[in-house]
Amino acid sequence: MRQNGRMAITSVRKPKANPLDFLEIDSRLSDEERLIRDNVRAYAQEKILPRVPDWFEQGTFDSRGVAREMGQLEVLGMHLSGYGCAGASAVSYGLTCMELEAVDSGLRSLVSVQGSLAMFAIWQYGSDEQKERWLPGMASGELIGCFGLTEADAGSDPAAMRTRARRDGDDWVINGSKLWITNGSVADVAVIWAQTDDGIRGFLVEKETPGFSAIDIHGKLSLRASVTSELVLDDVRVPAASQLPEASSLGAPLSCLNEARFGIIFGAAGAARACFEEALSYSGEREVFDKPLSGFQLTQQKFVEMALEVNKASLLALHLGRMKDEGTLAPEHVSFGKLSNTVAAIGVARTARTILGANGVSLEYPVMRHANNLESVLTYEGTAEIHTLVVGAALTGQQAYR
Amino acid sequence: MKICCLVKEVPDAAVTKRMDPDSKRLDRSGEKNLNPFDTHAIEAAMQIKEGGTPVEEIVAVTMGPDSAVRALHKAVALGADRSVHLSDAALEGSDVCATGYALAKILETENPDLVLLGQQSDDGECYTIGAVVADHLKMPSLTQVIKMDAADGKLTCERQAEYGYDTVEIDMPAVISVGDAINEPRYPSLKAIMGAKKKPLDTKAVADAGIEADRIGEGGSRTTVLALAEPPQKEAGEVIEDEDTNETVEKIVAWLDERKLI
Repeated sequence: MRQNGRMAITSVRKPKANPLDFLEIDSRLSDEERLIRDNVRAYAQEKILPRVPDWFEQGTFDSRGVAREMGQLEVLGMHLSGYGCAGASAVSYGLTCMELEAVDSGLRSLVSVQGSLAMFAIWQYGSDEQKERWLPGMASGELIGCFGLTEADAGSDPAAMRTRARRDGDDWVINGSKLWITNGSVADVAVIWAQTDDGIRGFLVEKETPGFSAIDIHGKLSLRASVTSELVLDDVRVPAASQLPEASSLGAPLSCLNEARFGIIFGAAGAARACFEEALSYSGEREVFDKPLSGFQLTQQKFVEMALEVNKASLLALHLGRMKDEGTLAPEHVSFGKLSNTVAAIGVARTARTILGANGVSLEYPVMRHANNLESVLTYEGTAEIHTLVVGAALTGQQAYR
Repeated sequence: MKICCLVKEVPDAAVTKRMDPDSKRLDRSGEKNLNPFDTHAIEAAMQIKEGGTPVEEIVAVTMGPDSAVRALHKAVALGADRSVHLSDAALEGSDVCATGYALAKILETENPDLVLLGQQSDDGECYTIGAVVADHLKMPSLTQVIKMDAADGKLTCERQAEYGYDTVEIDMPAVISVGDAINEPRYPSLKAIMGAKKKPLDTKAVADAGIEADRIGEGGSRTTVLALAEPPQKEAGEVIEDEDTNETVEKIVAWLDERKLI
């Protein structure tokens, strides 16, 4: 039976600021947004988080099981409409990413790649037949998708890709390889971007297609609770109907990445919050020189710096989310948010690690797991350097990287 | 079969609770949530419906201020088909008896076959509303139910007792308050949350339900809080270092024996 905590009798009101929501950002969310957020938070904290340290340690991830669980919550492709998708707002989607990444960046990555990359590509650029074939199953989590753009020698400059698709009668024949592909070996369908004589085009390649294989990348020190693969395409023959008809340039995959980056803006703020909260709770209990660690000036300075970053990151995410819902969000805004929040989050995670001392490096606490994950998050979906140059170009009118 | 679930908006579990010495009432400001025990009542209703017993309707019913609409939205997201909100300034300060009377009057207008509620609220923790409501409705009632099967107009319930549990058969209509061991409430789907606002919500005032004004509110309440006192400080526990386990066991047994606990 549940027991209530002690109830105080006091005229003294609690201090105005809540350490866990200092700027009262929650008050800027609608009731529905909070219900959605609280529900995802409860599920992720109660049902997923207890399994994460083992996955991270073993370097495995129950992609199938987690995809089905996320499908039951209806968060896969939740910001899309029709075909079994919920049609939620950008802010609701962002808050979901925030709660998922507060658990682990690998969990959020699964949902980002499924919803924002694979499903969005089909939803935005696919034919009606392709949408009906794939989207309902992907929304329910029965089918998993991945997104193949990056190559070993083509990361920040995807136009340099070597993967080629050539016409052969009514078919396309694709050759090449893709690297660092989240969900790669567990995906039922891969969205593959390839050069053609007419420019870059997208193709839906089913798992069992002859010549298509996926090899998992091992030895990662980051995103260990996430499947990352290399995709190899060796004379992969697909029918004309598997080409995404509405995608006619590199702009198509870049627009998908813009969707996924949007989720990262919220997600990184979630990871930062998790580290901050862990450190706050730890330092209140941990005693050093006969007083709580939280009572030392150096610790308090760290907390204040972390609180500034966590609150600013959350405010920025919410602001950009509202802009997206209003239709005023530009790609350079997304670059601003992704750059700012991933840099902030990795700083918070590292600071939190110092507060936890040696415990900070253990998997019993989430902070170093988050810090390690955020190394990937800083780099994938557009590196911090490229986003810096995108914002730089937007500020000066001069593009420095092309 | 029609099921009404009584639900309540309570301060969130994370909020430190505070008694206000001036009003002698619980300070209900700050973050609020649907009473966790009531989510088990809704889940119990859903399981009856999904278990094959024909259930035409599950109705969430609450009494509370405007903000209680949020708790109703959550109740509906968890599976209720519609909700009823009894909201009236005249109700403020109602004690358990007055609250039970007002809720019973609302339930009379709904005429349910079964009333379900959480056995306790996370704030007041009186454990009594179910019994008060049942008395007004002249329905049989069980509290602290941790298992329930519906068949042929009867319920077979297991009721948590001091030692073990009682198995009780009860005719419907009935009022059943459930414990949190009865089930694991589901996590609502996104579409259920987004659809909650579209489900019917009836807001009713005292006059709409024929509630007599002198039986509710502070004036209509028959209890008066005379004084508040802090609960006694817990004695510091005794820590036994486990150096030799046999010795430790002996120490614990001796400690329990001394207090006639075994």
